[in-house]
Parts: sequence; structure tokens; C-alpha cells
Amino acid sequence: MSSEAQHKDGVISRREFLNVAAAGAAFLSIAAVFAGLSRFLKPKVAYEEATKFKIGTADNFPVGVVTKFDENGVFVFSSEDGLYAISCVCTHLGCRVALTETGFDCPCHGSKFNKNGKVTGGPAPRALPWLQISRSVDGSLEVDTAKEVSAGTIFKIA
Amino acid sequence: MSESKNSGIGVLADNLKSVWGSFAGSFFRAGRPASDMSRAAIMVNNFFLHIHSVKTHINSLRPGFTLGMGLISMFLCLITVGSGVALMVYYNPSIENAYNSVKDINFVVFAGRLIRNSHKWAGEGMIVFVFLHMARVFYTNSYKSGREFNWLVGVVLLGLTFMLNLSGYLLPWDQLSYWALVIVSNIMQSPKELTDSLGLTKYFDVGGFSKELFLAGLKPGKEALNRVYLLHVVFLPVTLMVIVGVHFWRIRKDGGLTRPANYTAKYEDMKYVIAPDKKGGIFTPNKTYGLMELAKGKTPAVNIDVENTVLSWPNLLVAEAAVFMLCLAGVIAYSFYIDAPLKELANPLIPENPAKAPWYFLGLQELLSYSAFMGGVGLPTVALMGLALIPFLDRETDKVGVWFSGKRGKGVAIEALIVGVIALAGLMAFVISFGWFRTWWPDIPQIVITFINPGVIWVGFMIFWALSVTARTRSTRMGAIALFTMFLLSYLILTYIGTELRGPNWGFYWSKSQWPMH
Repeated sequence: MSSEAQHKDGVISRREFLNVAAAGAAFLSIAAVFAGLSRFLKPKVAYEEATKFKIGTADNFPVGVVTKFDENGVFVFSSEDGLYAISCVCTHLGCRVALTETGFDCPCHGSKFNKNGKVTGGPAPRALPWLQISRSVDGSLEVDTAKEVSAGTIFKIA
Repeated sequence: MSESKNSGIGVLADNLKSVWGSFAGSFFRAGRPASDMSRAAIMVNNFFLHIHSVKTHINSLRPGFTLGMGLISMFLCLITVGSGVALMVYYNPSIENAYNSVKDINFVVFAGRLIRNSHKWAGEGMIVFVFLHMARVFYTNSYKSGREFNWLVGVVLLGLTFMLNLSGYLLPWDQLSYWALVIVSNIMQSPKELTDSLGLTKYFDVGGFSKELFLAGLKPGKEALNRVYLLHVVFLPVTLMVIVGVHFWRIRKDGGLTRPANYTAKYEDMKYVIAPDKKGGIFTPNKTYGLMELAKGKTPAVNIDVENTVLSWPNLLVAEAAVFMLCLAGVIAYSFYIDAPLKELANPLIPENPAKAPWYFLGLQELLSYSAFMGGVGLPTVALMGLALIPFLDRETDKVGVWFSGKRGKGVAIEALIVGVIALAGLMAFVISFGWFRTWWPDIPQIVITFINPGVIWVGFMIFWALSVTARTRSTRMGAIALFTMFLLSYLILTYIGTELRGPNWGFYWSKSQWPMH
């Protein structure tokens, strides 16, 4: 019986089955190697500063003052309602934006943001992220650069 | 005395006297290359020479055909390997020591600055000459008739050349390195621009993942430097050398360099060819013969070998040695006078303004300034795919080995050059004066800008122009010439704009002297 005749019945021959099984096994093995490789290359430990850092108590932030935390890349604004933190890392390619009268300007590719971090010009694909502020157990405030909150979220001090 | 002739010591003394001659015999295997036969044998018998064929076509030796571009690229590569190993003696890939060790190399180590400059300029020279080599192969129609795969290998080599240059740029850990690393890692992250627009990032953050793999963390630090170093000194060079081997091997297997089908050696061509030495054979050059060898061509050739070939030893080897010496002399002279840049130590808090990538990426950076994803990932992918597809879309096999495939091709190329320069300059002038969508409608969604920006429009125009040329001339080769010409000129123009006309905040300035002081 020819294999073509078998195909018509929807039956595959032993040879065809083994061929497909061998090719499939080879493909799966290679896929597993690549999956393992990318898992291997993705570090489990980053030798970096923690993304969460203390900024001191609320007394350090009189209303109307902007404090820049250079090392961490964060601006902390103090308003009548409370505190809010905006990242100073440009969403385009990671340069540091500078505070200007209209908001923030990026030196690298000319992105411009308004005072709330919203893009007003240039190539930046999205607004500067607002970051989470929380109070730690010892009473000082903390900013976490890895936790984004929606724009307009203000941390009430009282 | 006669007694000692037969003694063991006497034999040893005679052997010692003839050591040089017997070593030469064992080295050449078939004797010194003094006759045509031994000149042919040496090419086969020597490990390093057997990559060449015994005979070389005269057309391949014409400087006006190959321009020596591929050879120059290879020799520059060898210079970077030599100087690179020397640099590794003192370089230390850690963020504490990298900058200081490069400073030591530059200012303390004997000949260190010359070695570092040579490494830098030979490496960047590779980019220039690999591009010129690709242009030569393209314009002489040499990517077909069995050579399609080798064109692909060449495209891979172009990519590796860029990656090697870039990874080397990151190693000194000065301000240039650091901010280039920041920009590169964020380009790797830029697919996020697309996934963000589509709302897919939280399920499938391919951009963030590749950035993390590259940096071994979230920020450029010591792990990132370690990985870049590994790529630069082991992974990429070894890959490059293996693929260069494949590239050379395929040249031989695909039938050598291309040549015009109706090629006949002219008098000028014979000037840089050493005629074969037929004294030992049965033919002598001062007689005429009938068709003694079954060969193509109209007349029996006496002062050249079969099918317009000459012996590779010495003709090809002399030419190669000359090109190598020119390369080495050029690199050393250039490196003696012009220093590779080294800025202050990397400072993660203060970006350079403007923060520029190395010059060969400034064309891409100009595209990046419209959309990070399109400029950094989308359009380069389209360009590489386009280059890779050329030999498979243009399969016309006439006029192989002829510059521009004749007069018509030259016309198409010049036309594409003029149209391209005017169109691209016009587009750039418009963008620089009037801005783009976001300047006019600040609330426009990002995905519109990602897909409709000056870079995409320019690539669309190139494709449109190439298609219209193909339709008008009814030749895919002519369309390919138009497209490739526009590709080369847009690389040049965009690089020029990025290098010379962009200043602080990526603003437009006619010259550096107009930059605001800060």
C-alpha cells in the first residue's frame, strides 16, 4: 500500500509518524535550549541600588518647593494638597530631563513635557511617570521608582 | 678527511650546512616557486594560500573593478584584532578601573595612544569600507548567478561590523560610552512604545525583557559593562571571523569574482599582470599556435593563460600585499595625527548635551528623534530586510560584472541620486522648520506618530520610486539600482544632519559655533 493511499484514509504511516516525531523533538529541544538561555541570561540578582529610597519626613518639603533626588532620578514636588513624585528619566531614550519654567525639557532628542509630565513636544512616546510615595514604619517617606501611579495621585501628608 | 665524509658526524655537518635549503624544500613541498608548475603548487600546498585559486582572472586584478574594497575591509579587521589584543593587556573591564585603564593606555603606556587610535580608526574604517565594498558589489551587479547567498552573508557581516564598533565604543566608560549605552539599551526597550500603544506591555514586554538581558539589570552598571566586554572581545569577533571564512569560501565556490561575459584582456590590463613563464613547457611565446587548449575566447592566447587567467602567485599576492601595506600605512598615519576621543568619566547624573551616538549611528539617531521604535527597530529592520531581499527580487542575469549594468543603469543611479537628494533635503527642511504632528496637535495618540513620521514617509518614498522605475524600465535591476542609490544617499545625508547640524536638545544649527553656551 502506498503512503498516498493511506493519506486518503487519514492514516499516516509509521515512517511519517516517526519523521514528524523526530522533527518535533528536535524543534522542542532547540526551543527549550533558547528558553533556558534567555532565562540564564536574565539575572536573578541586580547589583543595583534598591528602587525604593527614603526621602525623610514631610517637614523636609515646605509647600511650593521642588526637591531633586539626583541619584535616583526623581523630582519631589510639594503642593498645598501634599507631595507627589515625578520621574526625571525621559520616556524616549532614558536621558535626564531638566526642570524649566514650562515643565521639563530633555537634552537628548528635544522632548518637552508640561508641569504634570505630559508630553508637549518631541519624540517621547508617553508622559513622565508619577511614582508611588509611601510612609515607612519609622515614619519617614519613601519613593519607589519601580512603582508607577496614575498622574495626579497626591500623597496627603496629614 | 675522507674518513669523516662517511662518519655520522660528517653527515650531520653536511646536513647542518644545507639546513636552509632543506627547510625551504620542506616548507614549499613542491620546491621554491621558480617555475609556473611550482608557482601553481604553492597555492595548493600552503595552508594560508590555499584559500585562493591557483589562477586568478585578470578582471579580478583590475583595481578599477574591485577597487580593493573587500580586501581593505579584511585588512582593517586584522589590524583591529592585532591592536585589540594589545589593548587587552592593559584594559580592565570594571566600572572602577575601565576609565582609568583607558587613560593609562592613552597617556602612560608606551605607544598606547597610537595602538588605541589605530584600533579605533581601523574599526571605524571597516564601516566605511564595508559599505563601499557592498556598493561595489551592488553596482557591478555581482550579487547574482549563484552569489545570492554570499550577498546575505555579507549583509550579516555588515551587521556584525556595526555591533563590534558599537560595543567597543561602550568600553572606555567615559561620558560618551555611558550615554551611548543608555541610548542603546533604551532602543532595545523601544518595542515598548508599540506594545504600550496597543496595551500589550503587561502581558508581553519584549522591549523591557531585551533591555534587561543586555544590561543584566535595569540600569547600566558593572554587569552591563561585563556583558558588553564579553560581546566585544569574544562573541562578536569569533562570529565575525567564522562568517568571514564562509564569505571567502563561497567566493571560490560561486566561481570567483564576477566579470563581464565578453571580457577580453586589454593592453592596459596587462600592465599589472606578470605574463606566464612558458619556457619550461612545450609552448613558447614567440610562435603562434592553433587552438591548443579547449577554451573560450576568439584567439589562442599565448601570453596569458586559459580564459584570461594568470597565476595567483605572484600576480594576486603582490596586489594583496600592496593593499595591506597601504592599509597599514594609512591607519598608522591617520592615528598618528588624530586622536580617538576620550571624555570625562561616566556620570549617570549629567547627560551630555547633545548626547550623540557614534557618527555611524547618527543617521539612525535622527530617525530616533521622530519615533524611538521606528527609528531604532522598525526602519533598520526594513532596511536590512530590503538589502537581504535584493538578490532574490532582482533575478536578471544579464550584464553581470558590469558597472551599473551599462549606460542605462548609470542614468537611473544619477537620476535617483538627484531626486533623492532633493526629496530628502526637502522633507528634512520641512520637518526642521515646521515640526511634526505633535507640534500641531499635542494630543495626538503616540501610535499615529509611530507609524506616520518623517522616517517612515522617506522609506515609503524610496520604495515608491524604486517601483516606479521598475515599471518604467521594465527591469528589476533598474529598480534595485534606484532603491540602493537612495539607501546609500539617505545614510549619508541623515548621518550628516545628525553629526553636523544637530546641537543641544537636538535642535537645528548650521554650525557648532552657533550652539548656545551653557
